[in-house]
Amino acid sequence: MSIMILLAASDWHRTFFEIVAGRPVGVGERIVYGLGVIAFVFVPAVLVFAMFAIWWERRVSGRMQSRMGPNRVGPNGLLQSLADGIKLILKEDLRPRAADSLLFRLAPYVVFAPVFAAFLALPFGPNLTFEPGLNSGVFWVLAVLGVEVLGVILAGWSSNNKWAVYGAMREACQMVSYEIPLGLSIVVGVLAAGTMNLVDLGFQQGGGIHTWVVFRNPFVFLASLVYFVASLASTKRAPFDLPESESELVAGYHTEYSGMRFAFFFFAEYAAMFVVGGVQVALFLGGWNDPLGVIGYQYERLMRDPAAHAVGLVMLNLGACAVFVLKVLVIVFVQIWLRWTLPRPRIDQVLYACVKVLLPASCVLLLGGALWGLLIPAWHRAGLVTNAVPWADYQPFRWGEWARGGASAALAVQVVLAAIGVGAAMLVAGWVFYSYATGRTLRQRLTRPEPIPT
Amino acid sequence: MTATAMTLANSSGETASAALFYLFAGVAAVSALGVVMCRNIVRMAVWLLFALVGVAGLYVLMQSEFLAAVQLVIYVGGTLVLILFGVMLTSTSPFAHFEAKRSEVIVAVSLAAVLFGALVMAIRSGDFGKEHVSSGESASRYRVDALGQALLGDYLVPFELASVLLLVVMIGAAYLAKARRREDEGPPVVRGAGSVSELTTRAKRWS
Repeated sequence: MSIMILLAASDWHRTFFEIVAGRPVGVGERIVYGLGVIAFVFVPAVLVFAMFAIWWERRVSGRMQSRMGPNRVGPNGLLQSLADGIKLILKEDLRPRAADSLLFRLAPYVVFAPVFAAFLALPFGPNLTFEPGLNSGVFWVLAVLGVEVLGVILAGWSSNNKWAVYGAMREACQMVSYEIPLGLSIVVGVLAAGTMNLVDLGFQQGGGIHTWVVFRNPFVFLASLVYFVASLASTKRAPFDLPESESELVAGYHTEYSGMRFAFFFFAEYAAMFVVGGVQVALFLGGWNDPLGVIGYQYERLMRDPAAHAVGLVMLNLGACAVFVLKVLVIVFVQIWLRWTLPRPRIDQVLYACVKVLLPASCVLLLGGALWGLLIPAWHRAGLVTNAVPWADYQPFRWGEWARGGASAALAVQVVLAAIGVGAAMLVAGWVFYSYATGRTLRQRLTRPEPIPT
Repeated sequence: MTATAMTLANSSGETASAALFYLFAGVAAVSALGVVMCRNIVRMAVWLLFALVGVAGLYVLMQSEFLAAVQLVIYVGGTLVLILFGVMLTSTSPFAHFEAKRSEVIVAVSLAAVLFGALVMAIRSGDFGKEHVSSGESASRYRVDALGQALLGDYLVPFELASVLLLVVMIGAAYLAKARRREDEGPPVVRGAGSVSELTTRAKRWS
């Protein structure tokens, strides 16, 4: 029964809980519900994802360096992170005597807690968003990640260790400078889409790959790349991992941490990787929609009579969630791949790349995106999609309507850009597959070396 | 769904949102007191973080999460990080203490008293709380596009004036930094060559 009511909801801006309850719920109930979801869904999911990502990162780095990586605990070494976690729980919780004890103990929580606030805005499916009414979801995520940075700086400072302070200072100047291109590149995408609500963005991109925001115009296409680079810097991933550069600063800002407090920093880092990847997917790469627009089409079809298609809608939501997570995992894989491929620049080179390359580039992109929106008739202005109910009036790949609405130039640009994007993605995928295939022979060559030809 | 159920839900929602308001307001007020009372600059920054988060929570309660996000981006991600950065660059010990002079305390207390009085008078004379906003309507009321249209429509002149002010500040900061660097440089000194040759002679002597 509750499922029927859930699916009878026509108002897609209500929270999941309101739909289940079938009536407007009070703030108190919503608090209990929210805490429940955070405690029983987000926290376990983040922990499992972090453990999986750590194992994955070690395996990928192992393959890239022609060695095995962890493969003893569990099948393929999958339980290695669990074993490490148990070890970290049992470890002594050391605290330097010279450290500022209050801040030292506080910092891991300041790093760890905000990430969950970011999960509130991520759209895992048409009805699977924690807070769908968040009108500025994109900036909400940015804001929350800013709080996390403050925790990192506090950790470095309160350790009272020169390596940690160096790491914290690097984090501070890196974050202050990279936040600007990050925000500007997001604004370019928001300009093209016309909304900051991540759920609205998901519904807008339901009509096949050419309706994804990244392919709306060339400026957004480039801005998504700028966003990716800046998001690497904001999550302290290599090549921007100067705050914890192991080869110079021991372990950077968490040099003095041990046990579970140390683990909190890692959980936060991998959760932040997921969050920035999730924003990239939701804002630029189509959200929960598949490239062919099947999910958007089916959702629109089923929502005409939700009560009759209850099971179908639930399955569709789960499928959308799987697509979203899969896309984010691809982004996370690229982050891991870059970490084990690129060397680490110096801090002045990092800041040069931001202030003199990314910042002017993102300003130009913002200007270009604004001019594009002014001069080229957009598809949603052509009457294909109304603002109130985005999926109301479209069918994927109904090309004729674009020409009728006067948006044929926009359509042509989107199709060409989508072709370029798909081609590039295929190229990269082929490259990865080729490397994977030849990596095996490389390992054989390493284990049974033949004499090097002279 | 009956009308009684709705009123029940509304009344319980009101008490809960009132409780949340007092929670966030309490966090903001206690942390603001902490900022004033604390002597350690970095701890002051942490208290300020909690004060800002409390105010951001109040914004969220008023359904204007864009303001909350902007507050966190600008004040926590920007200002607070810069404060900590400045402390790290300038202080000599990790427990940098901040001692106010008696005259400074007197000036600050009198200023704060004047400001507090003005705020109390403004709040008592204003219309706050008269217009009740239910949570359902306000979600559509505080949209970001409305904010943008207000900024670039009705309030365009103050908005542009503020941006000019910020530009002036930025140019001034760049000019000051540049002038100081010009003084520091002085006549060009070739330091690299001398020190390298000195190092090599030392290395030779050691070997």
